[in-house]
Amino acid sequence: MSRLLILGAGIAGHTAAMHARHRLPSPHEVVVVSPNSQWNWIPSNIWVGTGFMKPEQVTFPLAPVYEKLGIPFHQARAVSLHPDGSADRPAPHVTIEYTSPDRQGQTADLDYDFLINATGPRLNFGATKGLGPEAHSLSVCTYGHASQTAAALQQSIQRMKRGDRQTFLIGTGHGSCTCQGAAFEYLFNLEHELRRQGVRDRARLVWISNEAELGDFGMGGMFLRRGGYVTHSRVFTESLFTERGVEWITRAHVREVAPGETSYETLDGENASITHDFAMLLPPFTGVGLRAFQRDGRDITADLFAPSQFMFVDGDYRKKAFDAWAPEDWPETYQSPRYTNIFAVGIAFAPPHPISKPMTSVTGTPISPTPPRTGMPSGVMARHVALNIVDMMTGKAEAPTRKASMAHMGAACIASAGADLVHGTAVSMTVFPIVPDFNKYPDTGRDLRYTSGEIGLAGHWIKHALHYAFLYKAKANPLWIAVPE
Amino acid sequence: MAIRKPFEQSYYPPVPTRWTKYWRTNLAWQFIRFIVLNVKMLRMVRRH
Repeated sequence: MSRLLILGAGIAGHTAAMHARHRLPSPHEVVVVSPNSQWNWIPSNIWVGTGFMKPEQVTFPLAPVYEKLGIPFHQARAVSLHPDGSADRPAPHVTIEYTSPDRQGQTADLDYDFLINATGPRLNFGATKGLGPEAHSLSVCTYGHASQTAAALQQSIQRMKRGDRQTFLIGTGHGSCTCQGAAFEYLFNLEHELRRQGVRDRARLVWISNEAELGDFGMGGMFLRRGGYVTHSRVFTESLFTERGVEWITRAHVREVAPGETSYETLDGENASITHDFAMLLPPFTGVGLRAFQRDGRDITADLFAPSQFMFVDGDYRKKAFDAWAPEDWPETYQSPRYTNIFAVGIAFAPPHPISKPMTSVTGTPISPTPPRTGMPSGVMARHVALNIVDMMTGKAEAPTRKASMAHMGAACIASAGADLVHGTAVSMTVFPIVPDFNKYPDTGRDLRYTSGEIGLAGHWIKHALHYAFLYKAKANPLWIAVPE
Repeated sequence: MAIRKPFEQSYYPPVPTRWTKYWRTNLAWQFIRFIVLNVKMLRMVRRH
C-alpha cells in the first residue's frame, strides 16, 4: 500500500485528488491536507464582489465530498517537508498544523510515498504599504474578501444615489502582480452594476495595472484575427475601456495605499497619486512559506523552493535574457528535480521566468506581470500529474510519461464583463499555446487558428454554465469525470 | 460611451458602432456564437 499526499484543495489539488482516487486501486491511499474547510470556485468570486452571487453559491464544504470519495481529509496547513524523513521518523513526511476548530493548533506528521504540492499562493498584501482588506483597499481573492467588497460597493452606490460622485480604482496593487484578468473582470462587472443601478454617470472608473499595455494579462497579450487584420489584444482591450468610459494607468507599481489615496510609480520614473473612494487592488502572490529539512535537520528550503517560495520543478531555471527564453524552459511533468516523488502543480510551482517581457523603471523597480497559471492550466496539469503518479504507484511506469507544459498547452478564458442572462457580456478568449513559441509561430508566437477573442452575451452564458458545471464536478456528483478541466 | 477628447487616451482606440453592440446581445446570434465558442473550447481541451 502506498500513500499519495496532496497539500492543498483548490482547483489543482482537488482535481488531482479526484483523478488519483478515481484511478488508484483501493489498497493505495489518497490523503488531502487543506487549511480551508470550503472549496471555492474562485473564478466566480468577482460576482460575489458585486453582489451578483452570495459566498454560499461559490463554495461548498470539502469534508463530505472527501468522505464520499474515500479520501482522508485533514483541515490543516502544511508547515514543513521532511523528504528524507527525520531522526525519529524515517519515512518521508509532512508536518501539519490543524486549522479546524476542534483541533486548532495541534500538529501531526503525515507520511507519504508521493507528494503533490498544490498549496496555491499566499496573498502578499504586506508587499505594499496599506494594501488589503485589513488596511485601505479591497480584494476579491477569496470569497470572504469579495463579500466585504460587495458591502463596500453597496455603500458607494447608496452615496451616489444620494447625489455624491465616487471614484473607483481597480487593478493590481504591486509591480509584480499576476491575475490581471480577475481585476479586469471585476472592473467591468462593477461598471455593469453601476449602470444597472442607474448611477454610472456619477462614477469615475480608473484602472491601474503593472501591464506594459492594456490586454497583456501577464502573457504578453495575444494576437487575434479581427476585421481582416491581425491585431494585438491591446487594441481590443483599449476599445472596451473606451466604450465603457474607463480611464487607465498602465506600467504602474503601487507604492502605497492610504485612506482615499493611492501613490504609484511608473516605468518612466514618474511618481504620482490618485484619490479615490473605493479601491479594489489585487496583491502579489508568493508561495505559502513551506520549509524543508533533511533527515539531520539541515534546512534545505532553498534547494526545493525559489526565493518566491514557489517550488522548483522540471523547468529550466537558469537566468536568461528575454531573447533567450525558449518554450523548453517550461516544466512538463512538474516533478521536483531533487526528489522524484514530489510534484508541484497550479500556482505552487515556480515558473522558470515570466511570459510578459520583464520591465524595470528608471529607478530600478521591476514593473511587469508574473505569469498566470490558474484555472484551466492548473486543472490540466493537476490531472496529468495525478495520472502519472498513479502509474508510478501501481508499477505501470517508473517515471512520469504524460506531459503538460504551458508551452504546449492551450487555455480558454472567459472574462465576465457584466453579469446578466439577457444584457450581460463576457470576453471569450482562447490561446494556443499559453507560453508563446516564436520558433514555431514566428509572427505572433501563437497559433492563430486556436487563438481568438470576442465579446458578447454568449460568453456570459458560458461563464455562468461553467460555474455550475465545475461546482457539479468538484462535488464529485455522478459522471463528474465527463466534465473536462 | 465616454466623451472622447482629442489627443487624450480614449481618443485613439476603435469603438464599436451601435450595430456591433446590438449583435453582442442579440439572442439568436449569440446562441450561434455560444455553440461556436463551445466547439472552439472543446477543440482546445481535446488537444490535451
